[in-house]
Amino acid sequence: MIVSFIHRAVMQGIPLLFGATGEIVTEKSGNLNLGIPGVMYVGGISGVIGAFMYENSLPDKSMANPFLAIMIPLLCSLLGSLIMGLIYSFLTTTLRANQNVTGLAITTFGVGLGNFFGGSLIKIVGADVPSITLSTTSKFFSAHLPIADNLGWFGEIFLSYGFLAYLAVIIAIVTSLFLKKTRTGLNLRAVGENPATADAAGVNVTRYKYFATCIGSMIAGLGGLYYVMDYVSGVWSNDGFGDRGWLAIALVIFTVWKPNFAIIGSILFGGLYIVHNYLNQFFPFIPVDMSTQELIKMAPYLVTVLVLIINSMRNKRENQPPEALGLSYFREDR
Amino acid sequence: MENNAAVSFRHITKAFGSKVVANKDVSMDIMGGEILALLGENGSGKTTLMNMLSGIYHQDSGEIFVNGEEVHINSPKDAYALGIGMIHQHFKLVDVFSATENVALGMDKKTTGGAKEIAKAITEICDRYGFDVDPKKKVYNMTVSQKQTLEIVKALYRGANILILDEPTAVLTPQETDKLFAVLRNMKADGKSIIIITHKLNEVLAISDRVAILRKGEYIDAVKTSEATVQSLTDMMVGQKVELDIERPEIEDKQLRLSVEHLTCLDKYGVTALDDVSFEAYGGEILGIAGISGSGQKQLLEAIAGLQAAQDGASITYINPDTGNKEELIGKSVSDIKKMGVALSFVPEDRLGMGLVGAMGMSDNMMLRSYEKGHSPFTNRKAPRELANKVKEELEVVTPGISTPVSKLSGGNVQKVLVGREIASDPTVLMAAYAVRGLDINTSYTIYRLLNEQKKKGVAVIYVGEDLDVLLALCDRIAVLCGGKLNGIVDGRTATKEEVGLMMTNLNTEEKEGEKDDNNQSDQ
Repeated sequence: MIVSFIHRAVMQGIPLLFGATGEIVTEKSGNLNLGIPGVMYVGGISGVIGAFMYENSLPDKSMANPFLAIMIPLLCSLLGSLIMGLIYSFLTTTLRANQNVTGLAITTFGVGLGNFFGGSLIKIVGADVPSITLSTTSKFFSAHLPIADNLGWFGEIFLSYGFLAYLAVIIAIVTSLFLKKTRTGLNLRAVGENPATADAAGVNVTRYKYFATCIGSMIAGLGGLYYVMDYVSGVWSNDGFGDRGWLAIALVIFTVWKPNFAIIGSILFGGLYIVHNYLNQFFPFIPVDMSTQELIKMAPYLVTVLVLIINSMRNKRENQPPEALGLSYFREDR
Repeated sequence: MENNAAVSFRHITKAFGSKVVANKDVSMDIMGGEILALLGENGSGKTTLMNMLSGIYHQDSGEIFVNGEEVHINSPKDAYALGIGMIHQHFKLVDVFSATENVALGMDKKTTGGAKEIAKAITEICDRYGFDVDPKKKVYNMTVSQKQTLEIVKALYRGANILILDEPTAVLTPQETDKLFAVLRNMKADGKSIIIITHKLNEVLAISDRVAILRKGEYIDAVKTSEATVQSLTDMMVGQKVELDIERPEIEDKQLRLSVEHLTCLDKYGVTALDDVSFEAYGGEILGIAGISGSGQKQLLEAIAGLQAAQDGASITYINPDTGNKEELIGKSVSDIKKMGVALSFVPEDRLGMGLVGAMGMSDNMMLRSYEKGHSPFTNRKAPRELANKVKEELEVVTPGISTPVSKLSGGNVQKVLVGREIASDPTVLMAAYAVRGLDINTSYTIYRLLNEQKKKGVAVIYVGEDLDVLLALCDRIAVLCGGKLNGIVDGRTATKEEVGLMMTNLNTEEKEGEKDDNNQSDQ
C-alpha cells in the first residue's frame, strides 16, 4: 500500500517537476511567467493533436511505429509551448508589458486554446463521452522496462514509469548543474539578479531572457504532455489538468529556486496532492469525509507558505527570489 | 588629432527626450597615463558623457576617438574591447555572487579559465596595485569600499587601460579615500589613464593632473591642477553671475517659526549625511539652502517633515504663530507635523517619484493630501475638485481636464500641481526643493511669484535650489551646506556668487585645520 502510494505520488509529481524546472529557468532570467499553467496546458493539447493526427493517418492502429508515435507528439508539444513562451517573451521583454498581467493572460489564453482544440477533437471523433482516447500513443509513452515487474517494491518505486518521468529528473539535474557550474548559467543568474550589471558586463540581456523563457516553457510543456500521455493513459478531457500549473509555481517557491530540490519537492507535493485518497487506507479508524479531503488538498500550498515564512525569517540571501524578478529592463532608463 | 590623447571627444551632443540636453557640443581630450578630474555641478552632464564612453548611452551626434581612431561604442562590451572600464556610482555587482563570479560574469570560459584561475588572477592584480579582495567572499557581505575595490579589479581584469570612476569617494570614509587614491596613483604609474567624475574640489586638487570642467552640459575648459586654485575652479564651475529680475519684497515683521539645533542624520548607508546643523527660519522670509547636490539637503527637509530619523541630541522646535507655543517636532509622526502646518514639496529628479500619483488625475492627487479630513466612510470629491480647478486656473496648469492622469502632463505642469497643492494646504512652513527643476523660464517665474506670495502672508519658506543666481535673487538669507555641515548663513542681498560658490565647495578654514590635524595624526 505504501509502495503504491509512493508510485502514485511520483506519477503525480512528474508534471509538477517539469513545470517547476521550466519556471525556475524562466525566473532565473528575471521573467516571472505566471503563464506556466497555460503553457503546460498547451503543451498537453499540442501533443494530443500530434498524436491524434498520427493515429488517424494509420489504416490500422497496430501498425504504429514506436519512434514516430513518440516523436510526433513530443515535437508538437515542444512547438506548442515554444510558441507560448515566445508570445510571453515578446510581450514582456520586447514590448516591456507588465509580467504579471501578461502571465495571467497567457494562462487564460492557454487553457482556452486547449479546451477549444480539445472540444474540437472530441466533436470530430463524435465520442459519447466528452473525452478523447489515444491509447496507442499512450502505450508507447507509458512503456517501462519489463524487468520492473519482477523486482517487487524496488521495481515499482524506481523503474515502473514511462521515459518522460526519467527525462524530468535528468532535466532537473542538468538544469541544476547548468545554473551552478557553467558560465552561461552564471550569466543567466546575473540577468535575473541585476540585468544592468549583466548588461554592463557584456551579457546580451534580451537574448538571455528570450532563450530562458522559451526553453523554460518547453520544459514546462512536457509536464502537460506527460500528464495526458502517461498519467491519465492518453485520455484527454477538457479541464482535466486541474490546478497542477499553479502547484508547479508554488513548487518553485518551495524549492527556493533550486531544480535539484524540486525532484524531492515534486514527489512530496505529489504525495500531499493525493494523500487524501489514501487516508482511509492508512488510518481506517479515523473517518475521513469529503470536506476533510478538501482541506487536506490544500497541504501543498500550506507548506509553500511555511517555506516562505521560514525563508524570510532566516533571511539568507541565496534563498531569495532573483532580485530583478518581475521587472522589465531597459538600458537607457534613468 | 592631438598626439598622445587616449580618448578624444569631438562635438558630442546627447539629449534625453526633446527638452533635456545633457551634453551640448562637448570636445575634450584625455591623455594617456594621466589622472583627469571631470568637474561640474550635478546635472552638468559629467556622468552622461562618460556613459557614452562606456557604452551605456550612445551619442546623438559627434565622434569619439580612442588612441587616435574613431570608434563606435554601442555596448559595454565594445567599451571593454577598447580597454575602457567604468566604475559606476551604483555598483554593477550581483549581490549573491562571490567576487570571482562577479569577475567571471559575461566572459568566455576559454579566455578566463575556471574559478581557480580567475581567483589567482584577482590575487595577482591585488598584489600589483595594493588592493585587498577575498575572491570567495559574497558581495552582500562586503563593505562599500570592498565593493568598489572589486569593481576596479573587475575592470582591470578585463584589461582596462582607461578607467572611469563616477563619484568614487561619495560613499567612502576619509581613510578609505586615502587608500583609493594611493591605488589610483599606482595605476597611473603603470601607464593607465584615469578619469574621476567629482564635485569635491579638495579631492580634485589632491589627486588629479588636470581638471576638465563641465557646466550645464557644456565643456568649459581644462586646466592643469598645479595651476588651479579652489577659487578659479569654483568660478569655472558656477559661471558668471546672471542678473535675474525676481521680486524680493521686504517683510518688516519677522517671527521665529522654526528653530533647528544640532541636527545630525545618517543616510541609508549609515554615513553621516547631515552633521550638527543648527539654524532658524522666520515667518515672512525665504531661507535658501545652497549646496552641491547630496550635501544633506534631502535629509534636512525630511528630518523637519518627520520622514527622516535624527540622531540623539537634535532638536527641531516649531513656534506656533497663533499661540506662540513651542513644540518639539522630533518624535512626532509625519501626519502630526503636517497638521501643524509644515508642508514639504520635494521635486525629485523624476518629478513624479514623490508626492504625486502619476496615474491619478489632479483632483484625486489633491485628495491624497486631505483625505484625513473626511469623516464619513465615503470620499468627498467636491472639495478636492474645487481645489483642483482653483490650482488649474491660478497657476495656469495646461491640462485637458482635472481628471486627466498627471503623468500625461508636461513636467512643468506636474510641478505646478505639486507646489500648488502644498500651498493650498495653507501652511505656516513651506519647504520647496528643486521646485523649478527642468522648468522653462515663465513657469519658473510663476513658482517664484507663488513663493513670494506665501512669504508675504507670513509663511516661513525654505527653498532648496540648484541655481545660485536664483537663490541670490529670491532668498532673504542663504544657508550653505557643504558635505553635510552648515558652512555659514549669508544675506541674499549682499552675498556674491563667488562667495557662496566657495562656501559650497570648501569648508571654512577652522574645519579644514581640524581635518589637517586628523591627517597628521593618522600619518603618525
